[in-house]
Amino acid sequence: MLNPVIIALLIVASLDTLMLLIAAGFALRILRHWDIQSGSELQIRLEQQTYLIATLVGFAFITELLSLLLFVYNADALSSQFVGAMCATGVLNVNPWGWPTLISKIIVFFFAALWLALNFIDRQAEDYPLVRIKYGLLLLIAPLMLSVWSFQLKYFLGLNPAVITSCCGSLFSADARGIAAEVSSLTPRTGMLLFYVGGIAVMISGLWYLRKQRTALIFGMCSIGAFITAIIGIVSFVALYIYAHPHHHCPFCILKSGHDFKGYWLYLPLFSATALAISSSAVAVTQRIPSLRTQAKKTARKFGWLALLLYGIFYLLSSWMVLTSNLTLENLWL
Amino acid sequence: MNTHLLHLENVTKTFNQGRPNEYSALRGISLDIPAYQATCIIGPSGSGKTTLLSTIACLARPTAGRIYLREKPISNLPENFLAKIRRSTFGFIFQRFNLISGLTVLENIVLPAYPLGLPQHKLLQRAFALLDQFDLKNRAEHRVEWLSGGEAQRTAICRALINDPAIVIADEPSANLDSALTAELLEIFTQLRAAGKTLLITSHDPIIHEAAAIDMRVEMRDGEVRSIA
Amino acid sequence: MASLLRRKGKNLSLLLVYTLLVFLLASVLLYTQALRKEATLVLANSPEIIVQRLVAGRHAFIPAQYLKQLGDVRGVTYTQGRLWGYYYDPVVKANYTLMATGNKGLAVHEIAIGAGIARTRQLTVGDYLSLRNARGAPETLRVKEILYPDSELLSADLMLLNPESWRQFFAVPQAVYTDLTLAVRNPAEINKVAEKIVQRLPDTRPILKSEILRSYDAVFSWREGLVSLLLSVALLAFVIFAWDKASGLSAEERREIGILKAIGWETSDVLRMKLWEGAIVSLTAFLSGYLLAYAHIFFTSAALLTPILKGWAVLYPEFHVIPYIDYLQVATLFFFTVVPYAVATLIPIWKAAITDPDEVMR
Repeated sequence: MLNPVIIALLIVASLDTLMLLIAAGFALRILRHWDIQSGSELQIRLEQQTYLIATLVGFAFITELLSLLLFVYNADALSSQFVGAMCATGVLNVNPWGWPTLISKIIVFFFAALWLALNFIDRQAEDYPLVRIKYGLLLLIAPLMLSVWSFQLKYFLGLNPAVITSCCGSLFSADARGIAAEVSSLTPRTGMLLFYVGGIAVMISGLWYLRKQRTALIFGMCSIGAFITAIIGIVSFVALYIYAHPHHHCPFCILKSGHDFKGYWLYLPLFSATALAISSSAVAVTQRIPSLRTQAKKTARKFGWLALLLYGIFYLLSSWMVLTSNLTLENLWL
Repeated sequence: MNTHLLHLENVTKTFNQGRPNEYSALRGISLDIPAYQATCIIGPSGSGKTTLLSTIACLARPTAGRIYLREKPISNLPENFLAKIRRSTFGFIFQRFNLISGLTVLENIVLPAYPLGLPQHKLLQRAFALLDQFDLKNRAEHRVEWLSGGEAQRTAICRALINDPAIVIADEPSANLDSALTAELLEIFTQLRAAGKTLLITSHDPIIHEAAAIDMRVEMRDGEVRSIA
Repeated sequence: MASLLRRKGKNLSLLLVYTLLVFLLASVLLYTQALRKEATLVLANSPEIIVQRLVAGRHAFIPAQYLKQLGDVRGVTYTQGRLWGYYYDPVVKANYTLMATGNKGLAVHEIAIGAGIARTRQLTVGDYLSLRNARGAPETLRVKEILYPDSELLSADLMLLNPESWRQFFAVPQAVYTDLTLAVRNPAEINKVAEKIVQRLPDTRPILKSEILRSYDAVFSWREGLVSLLLSVALLAFVIFAWDKASGLSAEERREIGILKAIGWETSDVLRMKLWEGAIVSLTAFLSGYLLAYAHIFFTSAALLTPILKGWAVLYPEFHVIPYIDYLQVATLFFFTVVPYAVATLIPIWKAAITDPDEVMR
């Protein structure tokens, strides 16, 4: 099962892994020998390497985002080749590595975003106060990327067309077992409640933080929570309205042209908002470092407002999709 | 208030550290450079004057020792901050001018202001004011390869002044210049000094360092300051 | 930006090689994609099982009563007999596929023809076409309709007649068909059904849709694999070339970067400039390569590839590809060309960007 897309995805993942491992190697040296006070040639070389590391991580971030899109899109396109698969869900189900690949890709994306934000803010202070945290984090991202790479390799090598898979219809149904089934066995009402509670929580914590300049960490946690509840909400509530079908729970079919690519309009703001909110909260925490006080405050606020704007777009758009749908569910408002 | 713009404390610069070809270009230099004056660093080649100049001008970090700019320590700043100081505080006139060929006079002049991210019209406004002042207006769109020696010299000076630096650095400015151009250059130095710039020049050309425009002469030998006059 | 233009010579050769690479890759991808698409279109409507009768290993007409027997096989939902045959038209030296259909409402001596026939014989609706029938006598047929389906491949040489006319034309008795087609309810049972058919009617041969698909796929994959292998060697060579170009920094360039850094540029400014330069080269090469390939495949029908890849084209003598952009494919191509290029140049670019600013003073 080696079609060109899969080869491309494997190549990109291998290159990204390689680059992040190189970056991690530099990071180790930096952690060992970094001394900003020194003017030695070693220190100057290390500083020059920080530029390379930042470029490598930035590059990996962009290509991982693109390959995340390509991965899902390709899974969708492959669905015709597997008996029982109608969309990406079925294709991801072909073997046990599909979902771990997707989830780890998402996690790497958020971590890379966080790293880039920290790197950005760190370089605003003359003493580079976050060097240790930053390169420590990088040592965490590199193995993560390695696991993405190995999951994806196992997944693609294990794509056997003879496997009869089950698709969104059965995976996201109340009768099945597993997380996906439990998520979709939630009544649309619970889904809706979770969806909006998460939304309200993140908006309020965000506004609270932006007004009071405190509790940034709560904002960050709410944003992670909101991401999860938003996905649950999409599966058990919003999707039903987009498909205009009371039992079609699927987070991928909404990406198809048959549904006007509505999924992209939801996922892009949601992902960017979450990445920005996490970064904002992390940057805000660094305000405690004296040399970063003003810059961190400014940057965190900027990220925070942008995140709230994107959250607003996400929740408004999904509400609009629900309201303009042809579907009316009974018992929703009970 | 200390009138010393730049203050050097025991500055050392060692190349090829820990290797057999290790050598020290600067050996513990302590020096004060006053504001609004023209200082000339004199010495034979290999005496470390160019290294001293690039260390002061944030082109390279000292291996040890401290440098203060307006009492702020700048010797151990990371590169992005050094670059910021370099473009806001220093203007550079190099040996042979080092204009970038293939670009026009105007493009060469705005290069130092490029990373500031200024809006286009502001940038051009500044550039044209300088071009006007140095009588280069009708040359703005010419490629720098086609300039006469004097025009190239004035272009280099415009480029040094675009970010309105407090300190103008000139490294062996009179090398490869005929006496007419050297005179013109000295004239411009005098004007700059009168306009409130601090000048920092290296030269082993007596026409420069014995000129009336120079207030202070620092003589270097073997990486050490021999005398200050 | 201007610095890009200044080193025109250097960047031009890179741009040319880059564009050529994208062009080749895109051509192969577009071509195989188009072929696959045609094949799927052809096969999409084809029945799950076709049953032919073999007499001494030669294809023969199949008796109509077999229809009934096949319909009794458990799992078969639908059976139909087909009547079709080739006709060689000496006027244009081409084969037509004459097929009988009951759906078009064609009267005796009325036909529906594919666009390909209409073009070569210059026919429009209402015109008459004369063909020599099985008895050698000319038979005049009136064109009732011209077929314009999704894919011309399906129907370029197709001529539809009503079943009665067809039998008359080819002088085929009532009780036989060319072959029979079956629909099966459950896809998982197809093999079982095929087995039962052979047991029940030993003189028949069932042909499964999946077998046809698989043989197509095997042909495609094998060729594609071979070509991809060649192209990946080319890609590797290109990556090395790009690396070399990017790292071969002339003294002139080093001096320029030194000047820029001395007058206040930072490593990241230089990095940004160089990355922009790379992005512009990449995008230009990518777009022009892709557009060239697109024109090559769809407007010249792959004039350059056909001689090399003739094996595919023989399957379909009248091959016209339909212009079609597949975004997944564009994305793949992008990942195949731009990403390796970017990776190959990242480290050389960084090496250039960290040039010491005091370089100019030395």
